[in-house]
Amino acid sequence: MSNKIMAYRRPDGKIGIRNDVAIISAMDNTNPSANRIASLVKGTIPITTPFGRGQIGHDLKSTQDALAGLGNHPNVAAVLLLSLTLETAEPIRKSLEASGKPVVTMGLQEIGGTLDLTIAGAKVAAKMVLDASELMREPCDMGDLVIGVECGGSDATSGLASNPATGKFSDKLIDAGGTIIISEPAEFMGAEHLLAARAVHKEDGDRIVEMVKCFEDIAIDNGVDMRGTNPTLDNIAGGLTTLEEKSLGAIAKGGTRPIQGIVEYGIHPENHRGLVVMNTPSAACESMTGLAAGGCHIIIFSTGAGNSIGATPICPTIKITGNPRTMKNMGENIDVNVSTIITENETIESAGERLWNHVEKVANGKKTSAEVLGEDQLSVSRWGLSV
Amino acid sequence: MENLLMMHEKDNVAICLKDAVANESVVVEKKSNQSKYNITLINDIPFAHKVALNDVVKGELIIKYGEIIGRATQNIKTGEWVHIHNVESTRARGDQHVK
Repeated sequence: MSNKIMAYRRPDGKIGIRNDVAIISAMDNTNPSANRIASLVKGTIPITTPFGRGQIGHDLKSTQDALAGLGNHPNVAAVLLLSLTLETAEPIRKSLEASGKPVVTMGLQEIGGTLDLTIAGAKVAAKMVLDASELMREPCDMGDLVIGVECGGSDATSGLASNPATGKFSDKLIDAGGTIIISEPAEFMGAEHLLAARAVHKEDGDRIVEMVKCFEDIAIDNGVDMRGTNPTLDNIAGGLTTLEEKSLGAIAKGGTRPIQGIVEYGIHPENHRGLVVMNTPSAACESMTGLAAGGCHIIIFSTGAGNSIGATPICPTIKITGNPRTMKNMGENIDVNVSTIITENETIESAGERLWNHVEKVANGKKTSAEVLGEDQLSVSRWGLSV
Repeated sequence: MENLLMMHEKDNVAICLKDAVANESVVVEKKSNQSKYNITLINDIPFAHKVALNDVVKGELIIKYGEIIGRATQNIKTGEWVHIHNVESTRARGDQHVK
């Protein structure tokens, strides 16, 4: 185990472990141009949303925060921001200023048609990639990393092996000065009292309980049992009987350290180090988009029965499983095998150390399975209906 | 690890670490102090599913990790498979909510 990694130093002082150019579309109508530009220019990543129009209040702000958060991500070297007009791009452009990185904004109506936008955007993006490729990695500390911890396709091995191993990593990173973000408060249900008791600030503990209640009320208001949606049918097939059982296993991935703060969806935890909670839905794609927008350098994704999904390539996803059958059936989608906890009596401590070594490699540039196979998905959560 | 793993000493269920069959005698390992004993299974138990470590009466709480994970919807015998057919959640039950 080493505490040193080689990473890119950004103008705002943060470190980046990837060096991509983001092509962000602020709303639905410029998505095709963003995708075309990304297919023309190697080294770019499209960030799109089918929404951005007809949104209001907290829901609108949250979408803009998340898109800006992805642009501000320290793994991103530069941003090309597209929108229908320059004015509609303005809230996101303004949020990108603080990062100090190169940002160019283009409005479709100002530029011309979508082919004009594609050509103009591709020229800018190509220059951005060439410039970014000059940057050199330099020695940095593991303790400057922000890591998201996520689980999906959980089964009863998750709470026994992959989540505790991830939790061991979480404790070690926090002890080294780093930050862990745990999300999906619906999957704290039945375990929220344990997390609330770990909050450094009492109001954060109260907020954790309240966030869980908000999700529980959705099932109550709909007059349905949450079971079947969560735990999912594959969770149930894997031996998880109730959401409480799933939650008690899920929170293990956050380790044991105190909770220093809470951030809303897609917000960078600028004022906190240590363990931080983010308010996200529990669908992995939406949760991971929130974690990526919150500045996580890497997401550690713990799976039981197997789940292939990765976050946007801006935020590489490391897949870890404790289920020996998943290693056999879906090994190509797994980066770290801790089924040895079950089959060979490997200790959680040892598995956590192996995970640390793998995170270190990925931080230094090693690709994850989801990056290589292109399993990435991106979906910015909605918090209200379109109007 | 042995055949059945108890996550916490207060638990009334344990995780089966192999595909086990009815009438099989399996070893229960207490994670806390490594003490071991045998119980006989009533049903086939799929890998990673739960087994009752003692008799549970209908309405009694099911405990894993030392915490409540649900409530028995029928009497459950020692060695019986514990899953959605005999345990319900106590949370997010809109279906049972009286407005």
